[in-house]
Order: sequence, then structure tokens, then C-alpha cells
Amino acid sequence: MRKYLIVGTALCLAACSQAEPEAITDTAYQDTLQLALLDAQPGDVITIPAGTHSLDRGLSLTAEGVTIRGEGMDQSILSFKGQIAGAEGLLITGDNVVLENFAVEDAKGDAIKINDTDGVTIRGVRVEWTGEAKTENGAYGLYPVQTTNVLIEGVVAIGASDAGIYVGQSKGVIVRNSRAERNVAGIEIENTQDADVYGNVATDNTGGILVFNMPGLTQPGARVRVYDNDVYENDRGNFGHPGTPVASIPAGSGVVVNSHDDVEIFENRIRDNRTANIIIASVYSSNFADSSFSDTFDPYPDRIHVHSNTLSGGGHKPDGMELKAAKTVKFGLTGRFPHVLWDGFVRGEDDPMICIEEPEAEVFNADLANGSKNMRVETEPHRCTLPRLAEVTLKDG
Amino acid sequence: MKRLALIAAIGAFRLAACSQAPDKIIFHEVSNPLTLAEWNVVSLDRGHLVTSGGSVAYDVSAPLFTDYAHKFRTVYTPDAAPILADGSLDFPVGTVISKTFYYPENADGVVRSEDSGGDAINLATHRVIETRLLVRRDSGWDPVSYVWNEGETEARLKRTGAVVPLTLSGMPFAYVVPNENQCAGCHASDMSTKALHPLGAIAPQFRDRSKMVVEGVMRPDAFTAQADYRDDELSLDVRARSYLATNCAHCHNPVGPADTSGLDLSLSAQSDLVLGRCKPPIAAGSGTGGHTFSIVPGDPDGSILSYRMASTDPGAMMPELGRSIAHDEGVALIREWIAAMDGDCS
Repeated sequence: MRKYLIVGTALCLAACSQAEPEAITDTAYQDTLQLALLDAQPGDVITIPAGTHSLDRGLSLTAEGVTIRGEGMDQSILSFKGQIAGAEGLLITGDNVVLENFAVEDAKGDAIKINDTDGVTIRGVRVEWTGEAKTENGAYGLYPVQTTNVLIEGVVAIGASDAGIYVGQSKGVIVRNSRAERNVAGIEIENTQDADVYGNVATDNTGGILVFNMPGLTQPGARVRVYDNDVYENDRGNFGHPGTPVASIPAGSGVVVNSHDDVEIFENRIRDNRTANIIIASVYSSNFADSSFSDTFDPYPDRIHVHSNTLSGGGHKPDGMELKAAKTVKFGLTGRFPHVLWDGFVRGEDDPMICIEEPEAEVFNADLANGSKNMRVETEPHRCTLPRLAEVTLKDG
Repeated sequence: MKRLALIAAIGAFRLAACSQAPDKIIFHEVSNPLTLAEWNVVSLDRGHLVTSGGSVAYDVSAPLFTDYAHKFRTVYTPDAAPILADGSLDFPVGTVISKTFYYPENADGVVRSEDSGGDAINLATHRVIETRLLVRRDSGWDPVSYVWNEGETEARLKRTGAVVPLTLSGMPFAYVVPNENQCAGCHASDMSTKALHPLGAIAPQFRDRSKMVVEGVMRPDAFTAQADYRDDELSLDVRARSYLATNCAHCHNPVGPADTSGLDLSLSAQSDLVLGRCKPPIAAGSGTGGHTFSIVPGDPDGSILSYRMASTDPGAMMPELGRSIAHDEGVALIREWIAAMDGDCS
């Protein structure tokens, strides 16, 4: 009898292993980890052991000077598949926090949010929505906002329905040597002053690297350098939530500048982004053209310096009916957009100084300001140069 | 003579009662005791949870929504607090504020009903879930959270939060007790200081002002009362703004955690744009519900604000903490407010 019973159990185990794994909350570990976060003192290192830890509520850290460290981005995994509360997986509001070598998976909202702190280091962390890249995924992977002295390096961000790596309203930012794929926006720098984005790979997103300035916020963006990145084949259909700013990004956008001033894009390898390798636009050609802007908001991109990049392919299959039609009308069925696409919105007679120092690259002015009546390749006005922007240095924490 | 004897007898009785439970709160200056009883701010008395230790029960004009939980609020302070310019009270060290979350209960679970306030909870007909304290120590306000056992005999310290499965008038839901850090999510409404402070125990919120003065909770200084958003006699705009102020402005104020959004729902907000009219979202993610503006005048179905209030998806809903179910009456109020707005966003 006993033997049969054992056989029966073995069958069940075999059957169970084929079924979809259930997210059973590890309540004991959840309590242990959250308690460690509550008790943390400056200088403490909180370790996350190897393994997949299923949690059902968002974690939060308010203490400063704390390190949270796992055993590797593929070893120490916090899974929020069964999350029932909390707008993010992990919320940090303490200064000088270091996050390294762990993963946050399948958070219901944002994966890791850092709000209003000075000194953020995120290193070797993976934030991912597993499975299909879909609209139901959480919005932001890494989400420092209103932060200063931010270092993000060697991270991986996958599957965000908004931006994989998003830095908003911050000052003094480095995002380097990281990888963003299968997000709507791979890396997005928004209303941020003094940011260097380099050595990253952005591929298979809807848009690779975005530098955006949004209305209605206290801080406008300024001085962003995007260099030495590989930005290719960001052709994924836009799966952003309708209404979000990124939902208006055409699939196949390499590097996108929107309403931002003082951006230097150089020494990148940008290729095969099917709408255009580089897009420069005003908020007027986004889905927020009708918004109420405050009087102080500057909707025009000024002083955009594109030089020394390696540009190839792309522009052959733009996203959206209007862009498709424009491409076909101007360049034929088998033709392609030039490497740089500009919406053509300008502030009166002022020269916006959109300087494209790329001998091989032409600029397509979509003339959206005039209902695209005079779409044209117009490279000469953009053969200008600008002073180089300064390197970002972070204050030691 | 007879009368004197009677008074003496009452005095003796009182003394006897006091010797069983000293009628003074126990202030823990440094650490938090493991049980709520050790504070003596509320106590169990003949099947009721009542004030004790000199705590004074109070009600607020515009309560925060917390999954239809009723709230039994008390405040104890060693000295009457002066009212500051913003209506907050300058409570001295030694002050303890408590809030007990509870529901009317029948055989099928807890029951959704109007919170009528009161000075005690009848435990025979109600289920108590948790009691939260805000304790004014030397270093500032500390949050302390106690969760009641099912037998309602004891509430124990629970720093990491908890999930309490409940059925509310037939609808199962997970009541979530926040962790200690999450208290700051609402009670630290100024991100430049990140200091916690009371939100309900402020002068404009006290429903019975004279009681608070007579009981020695606050000094009789002047202040402007906050409107009761449930009062149909008031204008729609006043009610909606009061609702948003209580339920949203602890984050959505010019220095709050949600100033990142550019949306200011505090009573001091002046311009239509910061209040959300035709304002694009910044980082709403799934919270947009497919909509383009926080408020589209005349169109509650097309507004992000009402969408997020009605959502129960942790990634989309507002407020982010403190509820697992939607506040139907609150959503209806804000929808009515938006519907009554003139104009459009083009």
C-alpha cells in the first residue's frame, strides 16, 4: 500500500512541475526584510540571499546611508508577481543609498522608486517584467525622481510599459554601461539638469534613449550628454498606456529629444531604427499639443548638438500613418528618412541652433508647424556647431 | 451629612477603580511596548473599547477614506496646544494620538456603513482591526502600529505591516496594515524635512472645537474649519476641494512626495493647471487609464483623476496607500465636480 502511495505522490509532483508556478508569498522573509529596512542605520548593509523571494506588498526604506546588496542580478530576486499593495516594489526616501546586485521582478507599479534624495547609487541591479512586453506591465523600472548625485551603472531594465531607466527632475546624473530592452522607452532623462548617459545598450525598445522636457514641473531640463551608446533596432510596437507622454513615441525611434535645451549627442553607434535614428521635436508634435502650459515653459528644443556619431540604416519603415505617408511621398516606397527627423517647430525667427555636424546625415524637416505643407530635406541650416558641454561630476556621498 | 457620605462613597469607588487601572496614560519616551495596553490611551471596559488615561475622543470634519473602516480617534496631551498659522497644533512632548480602525460586524463579515463617530466601540457588534499611534517624543513624531487579535483581547506591535482578509458586505478584500516606514508616506507631507506630523488632529479638522478647548487639547485660538465634504448644503467646489485636500494633499502639495507630478490638490492650490485641469500626466504609467489629462472639464469619464480614484490596481490607483477598495461616494463627488466644469482642453 505504502509503495502505491509513493508512486501516486511522484505522479503529482510531475504534474505540478508542469503547471504555472503560483506566487506564494514568503511572508516570513517579507517580514524579515522589511524589518531590516525599518531598523536600518547609516552604514548598514542589508543582504538579500540568493533565491527567488515572493512578496505581496511594496518594501520601503527611509533611512539614509544604507546599502541593499544581493548576490547577483540573476541570483537574488525579489518577485512581486503576487503584489496586492504598494505603488512600487521598493521605495527609497533616504539619502546616500546604494542598491546593488539584486533583481526586482514583476512589480505592479514601478519596480524601484527613489524620491527626493541626495546620493543614489544603483549598480548591477536588474528590473524586469517577465514574459511578454505588455501594457499591463509596471511603468518604470528604475525611477529616481527629484534626486541629486545619481549613479546608475551596469543595470538591466526589461519590459517596462513606460521607461526602463527613468531619471526625472534630478540634478547631477550618470547612467552608464547599462542595458535597456523591450521597454517602451529604454532610457529616459526628463526635466533633469546635468546628465551623462554613456556606454549603454538600448535595443528592442519603442524608443532607445529619450531626453524630454515636460510642462508643469518646477525644474526644466538642461545640459544632457548622450554619448558612446549603442542604440539599435528600437522597433518594438508602442505598448505604452494611452495618455502617457511615451505613448506618442513612434516605434523605431533611436535617440529622441523633446522640448529640451542643450543636448549633446555624440560618438554613439545608432543604427536600424525604423522611423529615424535621431528625432528632435517640440511638445507641439507630441500628444500634449493641447495642454495648458505654464507661462515659463519653453516648448522648443534649443542648442541640440549632434556630432561624431556612427549612423546607419533605419528610417525605412516609419511608424504611424502620417510618417509613413510622408516617407512615401518624399522618398518613395523603397526610400528612407534621413538620419535626423525634426518636426520644424520654431520660436518665431530665432535660430534654435539644432546643429547636426554629421557629414553623412541629412535632416528632414517634417514642417508640422505648417501642417506638413512644406516637408523638406533641409540640411544646410543645421550645419552649425556649438560649444561642448561639460562632463558631469558627482559629489561624493 | 448624608450627601457628604454619598460623595465620599463615590470618591472611594473612583479610587478603587483607579487602583485597578491608573487613569493616566503611560508615556514611553524611547521604545515602543509590545502591546497597546501598555500605553493606556484606550482600554477594554465591559465589552467596549474606550478612552483611558486622560485621552479625549474626537471626530474630524473631513475624514480620510480607508476601505470604509470606521475610526475611533483619541488625543492625549499634557498641555493644551497652541494653534499655528497653518491650523496645525503645536503639541508638546508627551502627546499621544491614537486611531483605531474598526467595522460594524455581522455573521457574514464586516459591514459597509456610514462612520457616525462616537466615544467608544462596542466590541459585541464591531470588529477592531488595528490601532495606530502617533507619539510626540523629543526627536519628533513617531508612528507605532498595533494589530488586534481576532478575539479582540489584545493589540500587538506590528512594525512590518500585515494583511487582514476581510469580507465587506459580501465583498472579500485584503485590508492592508501599513508598515512603519509607510506611515511617513502620508504623515511626512514635506519632503524637505521628511518629518512626520498629525493630519487629523489639527484645528481645522476638529468637529467639536469647544470640546477640544474645554478638555485642554488646544487653546482657543482662531482658525478656519475644514469643510465636511459629505455636507450637501455646501457648494460642490468646496466639498470636492475638501475631499481632495484630505485624501490627496498629504502627497499632492507643493513640497510633498507627489510634487514630482506637478499636481497640487491642497486647499492652498490656486491655479486650474496645478489642480489638474488640462494637465498632462508626468509619470502616471497605467494610472492614465488611457486618458490625456488629469481633468478634462465636463468629462469625468475622460479624466485621469477620477480614473485613478476608482481603480484598485496597485500600479494605477490613488491614493497609493491606505485602501484596497474604491470609495464610491468620493469618486461620485469628484466625478460630479468634474462634470460641472465648463470648457475643454483644446
